[in-house]
Amino acid sequence: MATTVDVNGRSYNVSSPPDTPLLWVLRDELGLTGTKYGCGIAQCGACTVLADGNPIRSCQMPVSALGAAKITTIEGLGGATPLQQAWVKLDVPQCGYCQSGQIMSATALLAQNAKPDDAAITEAMDGNICRCGAYQRIRAAIKEAAGMPSVAVPSPALAAPAPKA
Amino acid sequence: MNKPLNDIVRAASRREVLAVGATLAGSSLLVGCSLPTILSAGSPVKPGAFGAFLKFDPDGSVTVLSKHIEFGQGNHAGLAAIAAEELDADWDKVKVEQAPANAKLYGNYLMGGLQGTGGSSAIANSWKQLRTAGAAARAMFVQAAATKWGVAAGEVTVANGVVAHKSGKQAGFGELLADAAKVKPPQAPTLKDPNSFTLIGTPRVKRKDSGLKATGKARYTQDVHLPDMLTAMVAHSPRFGGKVKSFDDSAARKVPGYVATYQIPTGVAVVATSTYAARQARDALKVDWDDSKAEKRGSAEILQVFKDYASGKTVAPSGKDGWQPFSSHGDAAKAAGGTAAVEVAYDFPYLAHASMEPMNCVAMVGKGPARLMYGAQVPTLDQVNCAGVVGALPGSVEIETLATGGSFGRRANFQSDYVVECVHIAKKVGGGRPVKLVWTREDDMRGGHYRPMVHHTVRVTVDKDGYPATWRHRIVTQSIMKGAPPGSPGGKGLDTTAVEGAMGSPYLKATPVVDAQALTPDVGVTVLWWRSVGATHTAYVMEHTIEQLARKAGKDSVEYRRALYTKAGANRHLAALNLAADKAGWTTPAPTGWTRGVAVHESFGSVVAQVAEVKLENGQPKVGRVVTAIDCGTAVAPDQVAAQMEGGTCYGLSAALFGAITLTKGVVDQANFDAYRVLRNSEAPTVETYIVPSTNKPSGVGEPGTPVIGPAVANALLAITGQPTLSQPFVKT
Ligand code: FES
Ligand code: FES
Repeated sequence: MATTVDVNGRSYNVSSPPDTPLLWVLRDELGLTGTKYGCGIAQCGACTVLADGNPIRSCQMPVSALGAAKITTIEGLGGATPLQQAWVKLDVPQCGYCQSGQIMSATALLAQNAKPDDAAITEAMDGNICRCGAYQRIRAAIKEAAGMPSVAVPSPALAAPAPKA
Repeated sequence: MNKPLNDIVRAASRREVLAVGATLAGSSLLVGCSLPTILSAGSPVKPGAFGAFLKFDPDGSVTVLSKHIEFGQGNHAGLAAIAAEELDADWDKVKVEQAPANAKLYGNYLMGGLQGTGGSSAIANSWKQLRTAGAAARAMFVQAAATKWGVAAGEVTVANGVVAHKSGKQAGFGELLADAAKVKPPQAPTLKDPNSFTLIGTPRVKRKDSGLKATGKARYTQDVHLPDMLTAMVAHSPRFGGKVKSFDDSAARKVPGYVATYQIPTGVAVVATSTYAARQARDALKVDWDDSKAEKRGSAEILQVFKDYASGKTVAPSGKDGWQPFSSHGDAAKAAGGTAAVEVAYDFPYLAHASMEPMNCVAMVGKGPARLMYGAQVPTLDQVNCAGVVGALPGSVEIETLATGGSFGRRANFQSDYVVECVHIAKKVGGGRPVKLVWTREDDMRGGHYRPMVHHTVRVTVDKDGYPATWRHRIVTQSIMKGAPPGSPGGKGLDTTAVEGAMGSPYLKATPVVDAQALTPDVGVTVLWWRSVGATHTAYVMEHTIEQLARKAGKDSVEYRRALYTKAGANRHLAALNLAADKAGWTTPAPTGWTRGVAVHESFGSVVAQVAEVKLENGQPKVGRVVTAIDCGTAVAPDQVAAQMEGGTCYGLSAALFGAITLTKGVVDQANFDAYRVLRNSEAPTVETYIVPSTNKPSGVGEPGTPVIGPAVANALLAITGQPTLSQPFVKT
């Protein structure tokens, strides 16, 4: 009952039962733990990966249903995409647990819409919960990566008066 | 373990519980200084040549050991910066590493000497400690260079990781490492004049873990895979206090990958070879529960009990289980008389923390010392609780703290609930075989330890100018401190976690007569601190009540508060309010379609003032720009202060708009994010953060940003609709 999956440009024969969600195949069998479990019911987006470039919730995708889809996970981005660089530059992550999913959703967004406006950004990102509330930095980092002027928020550190002690 | 030590540890664990609770709640309780020593007995952890907090590599890099967990709050950046500042290290070469569990080396003096993170205390309790560690190490390098070069130590300088002498000689920390390690560390090294700080307080203090977290490489408990590891899931009682009567695991046994079933104190556990198998096997268990001691009431019934106490319909017992006064002064009888300007009641539901990574833990028991890997918020408490299960000295329980997907208070509890659960299972498995306990989102959300449900009643009369003359306040809620183990005095009398924020409020200080009392009846639902603890409801009640009074008096919201702060001598409140009002353009009209609301609250030593721009969209509040001013003493990492204001605001707004855990006949109604709605990107405001200049030592930032947005939004809604908002969440489903 081996299933074949194409992940990050590599083909794998997986031995997990065919009804196993892709999420657990990635994490438990392939050791690709960058993709996270947050809810298991397609509500939080922590498990977001790309299937032929489209964001999908891997917690709700049986591995046998993938067909020939090419899967990309956070590990497959390479580590230095404009989005990943913007994420570091703006110190977007707090606990970081949601951020793989956030970056995958944002990657799909920018692939389809190189200069998304505010509404397009929040629409594309609304399926990704961040309990730490890094939302405004996520929005700003997407604009940064897209080479767009960011929302008019002064950099808090710079706006702060210099501490005296 | 010999008998007397066992007794000491048991006694110590009770005192410790008190200390943790009291300090997490923001109050202080001193505990005997021998406690950390007792609790570290059996620990293999030893400090290095440069002490417990600093390590140097021959390549010149510096590692700062953090005694505090990093679960999003950014403390690792700030902690590293404090040491690096005194060390004059090259910030780019500074790394942060999680310290192991050892209360003697890594205790938190704001938590009674236990190793732990909470009460927004990480930076505050490390400030002097890490400055001293950095300064001592610097002095050792200076002395090593002076000896090597045959020059006076006073002529040796350090800047950006380079040790130098005016003769032109210079060396990095790496080159001097072997010599410096032999220098006797100075006991009281000279600390820098804060005016000469070059790193602290600058935007250069960035997180060190953003790269790992933007690439999926940060290692969380959920990501641990060890050879031969089993994954465990547990069937818990649907009702709080339910016990296993009997179970049938015949269907579970048929799941491919199933390994074993164990009955443990908290339910029935299955272990399997993968997460998916564990989930299927656990879900296939049939468990019969004994509910004879379980909480069987629904949340509506419990709330009615609270209301009946507050109204006096039900008479409370007297003494320690009865009404407890706080912040009261003047003739109480007067507070019941006169004509009330505002007389209102407020209701707050249970709230789940719902951190992004559900609770989980890895344990290895039965071969050598017990070893744990997870996000340990209060390692010392977990050591004590786990030592009781495996029969060992607390200090011998080894804990490796990993990257952690949030906590918001959930991972610090008296029972170490999910940690102990994992140790029970690992003990059954035995042989040191690794067991990863995974709670599903449903387990996590139904697992209790909620922000308690709360009911307030407030009755205020005013003087001829419209300012409070008398203030009668009743709070009925569940005690968090009663969660402490039996025998602890923590649950008796006034539980300050239930009243902090109302207690000590400048508004009560400015009121001539105050009759304020709290009652904490027993309820079987487990409750816990939830980011900003008592302030989650007291900030709301105080700020929304003041707003109603200001409106009644026909006075400007900011002016009205200013007058009361002046009267109460609350200068830090005044400064934060003025900065926020100024930056928000309070005296100018709000952008078309938007209405401003203001709120101010002090928690964990910091004062936060917010001005929120709000409008109603399809009948629901929409929050746009939020101007935030914070006085947190010295802001070590200003950008992380801002990040905490942004995140704290979202966390508080999420609860105010949508958050509610309800129970029907004792069973929690919500299990996942479909029913427990949380704030999403399109609903998240844009927060601007301004820091009040301060020469004080640092105070908290992780929690103080949470409780202010709720009342700021409610106050804007009051201006829009003319109606107060007397219960949370605002958006009813
Ligand atoms: S884990 Fe898949 S959407 Fe939450
Ligand atoms: S960074 Fe913690 S949940 Fe998003």
